Amino acid sequence: MIAARRVLGTLAAIAIVWALDWAASRTLNPYIYRVVVLCSINVILALSLNLVNGITGQFSIGHAGFMAVGAYASAAYTVYAVPLMFGSGYAQNGWLTAAAFLLAILVGGLVSAVAGFLVGLPSMRLRGDYLAIVTLGFGEIIRVAILNIDAVGGARGFAGIPPRTNLAWVLAGAWLTFAVIRNLMRSYHGRALLAIREDEIAAEALGVPTTRYKVMAFVIGAFFAGVAGALFSHYTYLHTNSFTFMKSIEVVIMVVLGGMGSLTGSILGAVLLTALPELLRFASAERLIIYSLLLIVLMIARPQGILGRRELSFRRRRAESASRPTLAA
Amino acid sequence: MQEFFQQLANGVAWGSIYALIALGYTMVYGTLRLINFAHGDVYMVGAFAAYFLARALGVGTVASASPLMAALVLLGSMAICAGLGVLIEFFAYRPVRKSSRITALITAIGVSLLLENAGILIFGPDPKFFPQVIAPRTIRLAEGVLVTNHQIMVVVVSVILMIALTLFIQRTRTGKAMRAVAFHRDAASLMGIPVDRIITITFAIGSALAAAAGFLVGLTNPKIEPLMGIMPGIKAFVAAVLGGIGSIPGAMIGGLLMGISEYMVVGYISSTYRDAIAFVILIVVLLIRPAGLLGRNVTEKV
Repeated sequence: MIAARRVLGTLAAIAIVWALDWAASRTLNPYIYRVVVLCSINVILALSLNLVNGITGQFSIGHAGFMAVGAYASAAYTVYAVPLMFGSGYAQNGWLTAAAFLLAILVGGLVSAVAGFLVGLPSMRLRGDYLAIVTLGFGEIIRVAILNIDAVGGARGFAGIPPRTNLAWVLAGAWLTFAVIRNLMRSYHGRALLAIREDEIAAEALGVPTTRYKVMAFVIGAFFAGVAGALFSHYTYLHTNSFTFMKSIEVVIMVVLGGMGSLTGSILGAVLLTALPELLRFASAERLIIYSLLLIVLMIARPQGILGRRELSFRRRRAESASRPTLAA
Repeated sequence: MQEFFQQLANGVAWGSIYALIALGYTMVYGTLRLINFAHGDVYMVGAFAAYFLARALGVGTVASASPLMAALVLLGSMAICAGLGVLIEFFAYRPVRKSSRITALITAIGVSLLLENAGILIFGPDPKFFPQVIAPRTIRLAEGVLVTNHQIMVVVVSVILMIALTLFIQRTRTGKAMRAVAFHRDAASLMGIPVDRIITITFAIGSALAAAAGFLVGLTNPKIEPLMGIMPGIKAFVAAVLGGIGSIPGAMIGGLLMGISEYMVVGYISSTYRDAIAFVILIVVLLIRPAGLLGRNVTEKV
């Protein structure tokens, strides 16, 4: 019964995604369409960072680095490997194109996950601010390293990537990220992550292999950041300038503003922070000043973020809030 | 070998600037446990304050340059930034002091963005040419090793400021209070130390040091723009962590180490790797000594 409902739900979600894309591409003007696509990519980033920062209680500010790895790995795959695998005329066939793009997204996610593992394993010895600055450092190292690889364009930017991303792909990606992280949170492993957030020493004492779980959270977070990167690189001009630590910080702000540990909060934060600078365009010169002032005022007025740890839900708030640890932060 | 000494000299001059900025990070971190992301932008404001002061005083042409005027410009921009630091602390950081540290961090990022964008709006986005408040001269240290008098000034002024800071913190009553607040804020408060005032003083001193760094950078690299504080800010923070955050000698050593290694990379490998070397060193050091070079290893109590 429940399984049937899940299958139906999944099918319905896919149908909704395609319907939305069909409707949006015909009704929205290109500018709004673009903002919605970038919103959805940021939703993926914020959700995946929330897994590390909000749910596991670690503090990573190098997310843009993993996004860059995913973006460049998938782009290189599409440009160099796909014509060899599918033949150079593959773009004539819609199904082949879609399959190639799906593979490219997976390549982006997996390469990024491997990078996440290599970065996470040594970093997880560190805590708090030291962890934060090391993740920031790795993010910058990744960026500078990519900048020096000539095969992916280096400082010129990577040109010639066929545009493949549309609203359906990014909405599906955001929905998948949400579903995976939400189900993970409700699982045995998710409880272990929450236990680490609440009290790492107590969790360790109760037999939770904390390092293994922290690295796991980091790797999953990196995977989805890579997916977001892959969607990004097949949508717009690709240059390492898109992945400076300011991008990482932007994602951190989305997570904190929405509410650390709240998945719907991350979605809200990502949408708000992507849309806000666009909505403020009427005051073109002052808009970034208004934006930064709003950020300061919001943090002073509502330090736990907009949603705190609560979730928005269409259904009645059920056992979910009761089953989660309610230790005050 | 002369290449090595040349890069060493450049690195020491540039590292002194990192060290001055890193001092502000480490002092604020010591008292508030806050990564003051806006610090790099205070350094930018320092450079611009010096720029406008010099123009207001009519210094700027080589003819009117004099050490007295330069000192006046330096002290003026330090005073302006000390005031700015106090304002930032009062309006942005004090209200979130009781909140979680991540909230405070985001607030700091907000202040940083505010300063950058206000800078773009007020000063304009294009680079400005810093007036030559002291006539440039090239000095030959040894065979093939050339430094400018500006570079020497950078090092001398930094060393003087660092000595003054160390004396202040070790020898005066206020300095003692600062150390007490850094050691344990609540206990210091119970001993009758006015914690709020000490934190204000910490911000004032840290920001003044950043302004000095801004002035000195204007001398050696005379192109200033509103986003100039981002990279040096982040690297100075890395320098502070490298030396052991909260430790004042650590910040000096970290800054110098960072400046020297950057110039060695520029000289021997490639300038495109310059921005990465700071982080590579940081990660290597932290993996060996997780609390930084001079940091105390605090054992966690359960």
